[in-house]
Amino acid sequence: MICQECGIRKATVHFTKIINGEKTEYHLCEVCAQGKSDTFINTFHSPNLSLNNLLAGFFNVEPKYPEPFETRQMTRCANCGMTFEQFLEVGKFGCAHCYDAFHEKLTPVLKRIQGGNWKHNGKIPRRTGGALQLRKKIDILKETLQNLVAKEEFEKAAEVRDEIRMYEKILQEGGDADVH
Amino acid sequence: MSIDEFLNRSGCSWINADGPQSDIVLTSRIRLARNLKDHLYPILFSDEEAQAVLTKVEQVVANPSPGSPLQGMEMVRMSALEPLQKQVLVEKHLISPNLAEESPHGACLISENEEISIMINEEDHIRIQCITSGLQLEKALEKAFLVDDELEKHLDYAFHEVRGYLTSCPTNVGTGLRASVMMHLPGLVMTRQMNQILPSLNQLGITVRGIYGEGSEAIGNIFQISNQITLGKSEEDIVRDLTTIVEQIIEQERSAREQIKKTAGVQLEDRIFRSLGVLLHSRIIESKEAAQCISDVRLGIDLGFISEISPAILNELLILTQPGIIQQHAGKTLSPFERDVRRATLIRERIRM
Ligand SMILES: [Zn+2]
Ligand SMILES: [Zn+2]
Repeated sequence: MICQECGIRKATVHFTKIINGEKTEYHLCEVCAQGKSDTFINTFHSPNLSLNNLLAGFFNVEPKYPEPFETRQMTRCANCGMTFEQFLEVGKFGCAHCYDAFHEKLTPVLKRIQGGNWKHNGKIPRRTGGALQLRKKIDILKETLQNLVAKEEFEKAAEVRDEIRMYEKILQEGGDADVH
Repeated sequence: MSIDEFLNRSGCSWINADGPQSDIVLTSRIRLARNLKDHLYPILFSDEEAQAVLTKVEQVVANPSPGSPLQGMEMVRMSALEPLQKQVLVEKHLISPNLAEESPHGACLISENEEISIMINEEDHIRIQCITSGLQLEKALEKAFLVDDELEKHLDYAFHEVRGYLTSCPTNVGTGLRASVMMHLPGLVMTRQMNQILPSLNQLGITVRGIYGEGSEAIGNIFQISNQITLGKSEEDIVRDLTTIVEQIIEQERSAREQIKKTAGVQLEDRIFRSLGVLLHSRIIESKEAAQCISDVRLGIDLGFISEISPAILNELLILTQPGIIQQHAGKTLSPFERDVRRATLIRERIRM
């Protein structure tokens, strides 16, 4: 059977949609099904459809119709060459830099597949995440400092203040200290 | 240790069934996905780049610091293994089917007690896995973190302030953590409660699948329960939340078992002893029937109907009766019929009363 949407590829995805008691049968190829999977995710049935294809449909937050060539802005990862559209299709990133290249478009995508979450809240690598760890450490120390000042424990507060200054200096100088 | 030893030995760290709640929870598993900053991800990388990733990891593993969890681990390339050998590693849950079948540049490292395994160049550059017996996700996480820390000392991970660990697939980003628990739930299946529980678990961001069957069909009443969301929560929270849910499922399973025992005691006993009869006396047995009988007998042990068989034997049989491992034991490839004969023999030998 040929795909009823594009009329080119073989239809491998078959499903029935019922609206107000009216049955409509769909026979689509995987490519065209991706465009539909967002709305039909619950009625979906295909033996060949991989998780990636499902995801690709899931990600499809951009309008499908092509924009005029001049105004179309390709978001492309300069490191691996992957475009945002390709990412949506494959459901996988080409390299670590893709995350930066697609950063703005990525938040809604991540929210959809990560239960509304978009920001990491877990482990930080010790070495490569050194600066970030320092910043977290400084934040905690600043809180401690405020508490100490509130309790009028000025001597201890001064110690903490010096500690904060030390870490801030490290941070300015490149910030790769090994903090534990 | 050489790969042959892993292949020929049936036991592994979790087979003893001595962990907490091990009458219902077989294993707790932690997987961490990591990538190297300076290399394209496996879907795009060239042969040379794949090789470079292997070499980098190999160098770290070749020179472990004293007391490092990497000590004694050796890298084995998928290209160096026969299909049957790979299948055995998959059946022992040491590597994924994806690494075995679709990762030409894949490799793995396995710790001596088979508790830790590291996959290289699967979907991500690095996947660290730790399996423990019973319900102890926290312990497994701790051990996986030790391996992670050790690798991170020498490798530049792809990490982003906002997004966390940058994985190949956005379903793993953030913590890169998949925590999963393998559970034996015959009570919930027999009382037809499993289908009611599944949708509510999905709403909580929990994935459930049968491990030996396709999709939701679980041969041998074994299910794998795991977290879906990897971003926005700390690893400790993910593990704690999953543990809480698993504990609730355990409660429900226990009360389902009590309920069946009360309302259908004789029928249940009959079913259990029929299954024991099949395992003790059959000469030809398919893996699906074996898994169902093993499940029944295991339930019989848990409920006190059978006392002469150790529950650990059932864990062992679940592993041993898989097609790849049976052939590995035979030392040759076997036809499905030959496998069924061999499976029956193997079970009779192990379960002899
Ligand atoms: Zn089509
Ligand atoms: Zn990229």
